[in-house]
Amino acid sequence: MILLPCPYCGSRNVSEFRYVGELSTRPDPNATNAEEWRAFLYVRANPAGWTTETWFHRAGCRQHFVVERHTVTNEVRTSRLPAAQLRDREDERATGGNVANDSGGATY
Amino acid sequence: MRMFNNRNGSENGHRANGYRKPARYSALDLVRHGLSGSDWPRAWHAHDLRPSYDVVIVGGGVHGLATAYYLAREHGITSVAVLDKGYIGSGGSGRNTAIIRSNYLTPEGVRFYDRSVKLYETLSADLNFNAMFAQRGHLTLAHNDSSLRTMHWRAEVNKLEGIDSEVIGPDEIKWLVPYMDTSESVRYPILGALYHPPGGIIRHDAVVWGYARGADALGVHIHQNTEVTGIDVAGGRVRGVKTSRGDIATPIVVNCTAGWSTLISDMAGVKMPISTFPLQAAVTEPVRPFLDPVIVSGTLHVYVSQTDRGELVFGASVDPFTSYSMRGSLEFTEGLAGHVLELMPSLARMRVLRQWAGLCDMTPDFSPIMGTTPVAGFLIDVGWGTYGFKAGPVSGETMAELIATGKTPELIAPFGLDRFAKGDLMGEKGAAAVGH
Ligand SMILES: Cc1cc2nc3c(=O)[nH]c(=O)nc-3n(C[C@H](O)[C@H](O)[C@H](O)COP(=O)(O)OP(=O)(O)OC[C@H]3O[C@@H](n4cnc5c(N)ncnc54)[C@H](O)[C@@H]3O)c2cc1C
Ligand SMILES: [Zn+2]
Repeated sequence: MILLPCPYCGSRNVSEFRYVGELSTRPDPNATNAEEWRAFLYVRANPAGWTTETWFHRAGCRQHFVVERHTVTNEVRTSRLPAAQLRDREDERATGGNVANDSGGATY
Repeated sequence: MRMFNNRNGSENGHRANGYRKPARYSALDLVRHGLSGSDWPRAWHAHDLRPSYDVVIVGGGVHGLATAYYLAREHGITSVAVLDKGYIGSGGSGRNTAIIRSNYLTPEGVRFYDRSVKLYETLSADLNFNAMFAQRGHLTLAHNDSSLRTMHWRAEVNKLEGIDSEVIGPDEIKWLVPYMDTSESVRYPILGALYHPPGGIIRHDAVVWGYARGADALGVHIHQNTEVTGIDVAGGRVRGVKTSRGDIATPIVVNCTAGWSTLISDMAGVKMPISTFPLQAAVTEPVRPFLDPVIVSGTLHVYVSQTDRGELVFGASVDPFTSYSMRGSLEFTEGLAGHVLELMPSLARMRVLRQWAGLCDMTPDFSPIMGTTPVAGFLIDVGWGTYGFKAGPVSGETMAELIATGKTPELIAPFGLDRFAKGDLMGEKGAAAVGH
C-alpha cells in the first residue's frame, strides 16, 4: 500500500496518515468488569487477511476514518467514515483508540 | 503437576535407531577437508514425520531450536519435532540485526537477558559451532534531558543486578567513536550515552544452525517445509497438530512462531495481546573497520553496527502500521539515511547494498509472553517483538525446564500470559522501543 484513500481528501500517500488500530467494540464502562475491560485494551485479533481498522489523516483533514485492509498484501478494499459520525455528526470526536460500536456505513 | 514425565526415553526415542555422534568441527578437520576437498557431513538431517512425538515445537527460529536443544541436552527428552513452514531461520532469526545486550530497564528484564548473554558467551564452545559473538560494547545515545534521565535510571537498575552499565559523556563517546558528530551545533546534540561494554553483535545464522546441528545430533527431528495448519484440542488439552505433511499426535505443543504466533494460538483457541508489525533493516557495502561499538539512538530511531566483514548494518523502529508483508519501503531508507547522517556525516557516500524486513510480534509492554495457557499442553514463547534474538538461549533453557518439570522457572514467571488480564504489565518500553 502506497496510497490510502481518505473519505474526505481522496487518495494520499500513506505517510500522511497515522494508524490507530483494529476496530473493536468498547464495553460499557459502567457495566463491564476489569478483565473484560483489559481484554478490550490489550487483546488483538491480528489476522493475516482482511481487517477493519481506524486511521487518522494526520497531515490532511485530521479526521478519523475506517479502512478495510488486507494485512498480507496491504490492499485496501473500502474506506469510510466511522459509523458514529454517519449516525450523528454531534458524535464526532477523536477517539484516540478504537471507535466504539462501529457497525458499518457508506463506503468511500 | 508434572506436565511431562518421560525422562528415560520413549518407545520412539532416538537412541534405538540411527543415533549419530556429531562430527566435531576442529582446526585439524578444516585442514583435512581443505586438502582433500571432500564434502562436510550434513549439519542436520531430513526425516519422515513420525505419527507421534512427545513434544512438537512450531517454528524453527532460534527460540524453537534452542528449546529443542535444551530439552534434549538438559532433560533427556529427545522425541521432539521442530516444524517450520519454510527453512529454519527464515523468520526473524535470519533477518535480525543480531544485537545482544542486557541493559534493560526492569529488574525482571535485566536478570532474564543477562542469563542469555551469559549463555551466548559460551555458546560457540557448547555447540562446537562458531557464532562469532563480538562483545564490542553498546552505546545508547541521549539527545535530551528526559532520555538522559532514563539512561541514568537504567544504569542504576543494571548495576543493582550486577550488569556492567554506566552513563558516559560526549567526550568519552567521541573517544569510543571518533566518527560521531558530538558537536553542539546539530539538531539533536548528543548529551550522553548509556554504555554497556558486554553488549555486542553475533552471527545470527550461525546461532540458528548451531542449535539445529546440536539438537539434531541429540535425536531431535527438524522438519522444514512443514506447515502447521491446525491444532487438535479436546477436553481442554492438546492432542496433536495437523500439518501440510500429515497429522502428529502429541501432548505438548510449543508456539515459537514470533510474527505469526497469533495465527498458531488462534488454532488452539488462545487469544493474545499481540500485533504483528514489519521491522526493516539495511546493510551497506563493506568498508575498512572503523566502528567498534553498537550505536543506538532512540530519538533518531536508528541504530548501526559494523560487521566483521566491514558492512554497516542499520536498523530502525517498526513500520508505522501492522502487516504480515515483508516488503521494504522507500520511506524507511530515506528516513534511515537522514538519521544516520545526522550521527555520522562522513558516511554520506556509503552505498546501501540491500534492505529487508521481518515480522515482529509486538506486545503492549515490550516484554515477551512465555509459559502456559488456558489450554493444557499448549505453551507459548512469543511476544519477541524487535528484541527477541538475544533471548534465544535463555528462552530455550527456561521453556525446556517448564516442559520437563511442569513448573514455571522463576526467571520467566513475570512474563505469563495472565498478566494482561490481571493488569500486571511490565514497564520495559524505555529500554526496548527502538527495535534491536
Ligand atoms: C529487521 C529486524 C531486526 C532485529 N534486530 C534484533 C536485534 O538486533 N536483537 C534482537 O535481540 N532481536 C532483533 N530482532 C527480533 C528477533 O529477530 C526476533 O525476536 C527473533 O528472531 C524471534 O525468534 P523466534 O525463533 O521466536 O521466531 P522466528 O525466527 O521468526 O521464527 C518463527 C518461525 O515460525 C515459522 N512458522 C510460522 N508459521 C508457521 C506455521 N504455520 N507452521 C510452521 N512454521 C511456522 C516461520 O517460518 C519462522 O521460521 C530483529 C527483528 C527484525 C525483523
Ligand atoms: Zn483527509
